[in-house]
Amino acid sequence: MKRTGGQIVCECLLREGVDVLFGFPGGVVLPLYDTFPQYPQLRHILVRHEQGAAHAADGYARATGKVGVCVATSGPGATNLVTGIATAYLDSSPVVALTGQVATPFIGKDSFQEVDIVGITLPITKHNYLVERTEDLPQVFKEAFHIARTGRPGPVLIDLPKDVFTGEAQFSYPEHVSMRGYKPTLHGHPAQVEKAVKLLNEAKRPVIVAGRGVIVSHAFAELKELAEKAQIPVINTLLGISSFPESHVLSFGMLGMHGMAYANMAVSACDLLVAIGMRFDDRATGKVSAFAPHAQIVHIDVDPAEIGKNVRVNVPIVGDVKNVLAALNKRLVQQNRADWISQIDAWRRDHPSTVIRDTDKLLPQHVVRKIYEVTGGDATMVSDVGQNQMWTAQHFWYDKPNSLISSGGLGTMGFALPAAMGAKVGRPDETVWAVVGDGGFQMNIQELATLVQDNIGVKIAILNNGFLGMVRQWQELFHGRRYVGTHMTSPDYVKLAAAYGMPGYRVTAKEDAEMAIREAMAHQGPVLMEFVVESEENVYPMVAPGTALSEIIEEPVREVVA
Amino acid sequence: MKHTIVALVEDRPGCLNRVASLFRRRSFNIESLTVGHSEMPGLSRMTIVVDGATTIVEQVTKQLYKLIDVVKVSDITDDTSVHRELAMVKVHTTMNTRSEIIEIVDIFRANIVDVATDSLIVEVTGTADKIDSLLQLLRCFGIQEVARTGKIAMVRGMGGTAPAEREKPAPVRRIKASKLAAIS
Ligand SMILES: Cc1ncc(C[n+]2csc(CCOP(=O)(O)OP(=O)(O)O)c2C)c(N)n1
Repeated sequence: MKRTGGQIVCECLLREGVDVLFGFPGGVVLPLYDTFPQYPQLRHILVRHEQGAAHAADGYARATGKVGVCVATSGPGATNLVTGIATAYLDSSPVVALTGQVATPFIGKDSFQEVDIVGITLPITKHNYLVERTEDLPQVFKEAFHIARTGRPGPVLIDLPKDVFTGEAQFSYPEHVSMRGYKPTLHGHPAQVEKAVKLLNEAKRPVIVAGRGVIVSHAFAELKELAEKAQIPVINTLLGISSFPESHVLSFGMLGMHGMAYANMAVSACDLLVAIGMRFDDRATGKVSAFAPHAQIVHIDVDPAEIGKNVRVNVPIVGDVKNVLAALNKRLVQQNRADWISQIDAWRRDHPSTVIRDTDKLLPQHVVRKIYEVTGGDATMVSDVGQNQMWTAQHFWYDKPNSLISSGGLGTMGFALPAAMGAKVGRPDETVWAVVGDGGFQMNIQELATLVQDNIGVKIAILNNGFLGMVRQWQELFHGRRYVGTHMTSPDYVKLAAAYGMPGYRVTAKEDAEMAIREAMAHQGPVLMEFVVESEENVYPMVAPGTALSEIIEEPVREVVA
Repeated sequence: MKHTIVALVEDRPGCLNRVASLFRRRSFNIESLTVGHSEMPGLSRMTIVVDGATTIVEQVTKQLYKLIDVVKVSDITDDTSVHRELAMVKVHTTMNTRSEIIEIVDIFRANIVDVATDSLIVEVTGTADKIDSLLQLLRCFGIQEVARTGKIAMVRGMGGTAPAEREKPAPVRRIKASKLAAIS
């Protein structure tokens, strides 16, 4: 029996285990939308802007480990996805983006709503396709999902001309996929593993720097075993947070520009740095030439192109983190590094980095801390970008695997709300919080309507400081406190919430924060909470751009309370 | 430093674009790029010559490898390899200069592939150096047009750029003696 291209697309999605699509229709994808009622297993969530669809698919993918799918029409629909695709690309998130395209005879003629989306997304996708014949669909979908989720995951875009949806073909889904140009290396080379074991056994002051690769490859148990067996302190990159329980005695926080002082000190003093599933981003390394100056570096990553890209590496191991760590663990000898660990502990005591200054005013840090206390850490936190992102990383203790979702690589403002939406759809039984600044919130504010229409129970905490806070902080520190283009007004968020049809709270006093958070949690559906916080609070510690991790600036005035 | 990179790529639309855009991102000027069929069906062979710092070329090479359409990449700059380029040169001629040009062409073992009343086309293959020197000599007669293919390269001996699975020798079709007789 022949089927239409639209039906074949749905069949392919089902074969790949897709159960939800975030999308927005338009002319050329109409034939696809027309088939959706025949496939009730596929839930379509109508976003309010295609950027929201891409971030939601990304958030869903990060929360579930499955491929997230978004759909947009040709032209403006497709270009609206671009920021979301780039965000997923830089953070290695498995997303498949389906875009409609004008019918094949119209391609290349500047037809109505035609853009070359394959050309546009060439450098921000792991791979992309323009399908030219209906009968090619199964092969393309099989490959696309395989590419998106294997090796180093990433977004794949499939551009689908209208006549490919309306055309007919026999449907049979390929069982296997084999591409001679795509064979990710999954197992570390034994000789390299052996070299790493030798360094690990000999090191006096080793540290592990764990990145998102640990989460992507589900290597939580393997990382824990490695750290415990060899007694190595674990430090995280921003996106590596929640790869290792933060309450563990061997956990020493985040490194980098706004990392913990003691973590940066440990990295600067270590004699062996085991980098696992991370890519030495400049926000993590500080001045590269002064990064881990005394250390030999072992770098474990599934992507060979990351090896030696930013820092010199003594022992590279290309392979899936889970496999490589398992191989390492087999060969390690038990170690005792009490001296080194108590040294970092002493640094942590002297430079605690996550102490909130003593004040009666409502600080943004308080809000994150209160959410932690009320949830007991049992929540998925989705942060936006800016100061709120750093506070969300610093003041919540992540013990649950994969419980922080954030746009690290691209640093996309506007990410939190739609990504939290996707995360909540992927984890319906979990509490999902979006922590967001007043700037970033207003960038994808339209998705409030989606939350309400589909009753997606995201709890939103807007940290309203009346500024584009992180940029204001740089203006304060590096541009003589000249605030240009960073003061920002907001709508009345409580009224806004009411207008959209969800409960809204405004919290202005420190003592009211906890009650409000509890009420929000008790409510079933989405809730919007505005916290009117100190307007000129800064994020510390801080490593100024271009300086070394060892040159960390702690808070200038610090009235420390426990 | 100049690098010669050989990439075996899927013969698909857009592949050249993907490869070229990685070099563009690092602002490399591609000095030459040739594409043609390889010994494997469905695989094209690209020879890319770029001038750039070795560390950056290495990184771009790794990124090339990441492209799904790229099957194999080799930087054969340091290998002992044979490099060839083909050029066609249209030179202005007069009654007086023609024989002198033909003499130069002979020395370079080049060919004359077209003769007109006031010009001829010289075809030459060789290393880039050889072609440069020929052009240098022909310049004084008046070069009207030059077309160069860009370099292709192949590693000598057993070393090579072919993917792991090599092509098996095709079965030899022998022509029966009786048929041969018929032909002649
Ligand atoms: C789409 C986008 N535009 C601009 C920036 C630059 N930027 C980084 S942080 C920041 C300020 C964010 O302000 P806000 O959302 O209010 O959060 P806060 O820093 O105050 O927590 C800006 C403008 C960005 N990261 N993303």
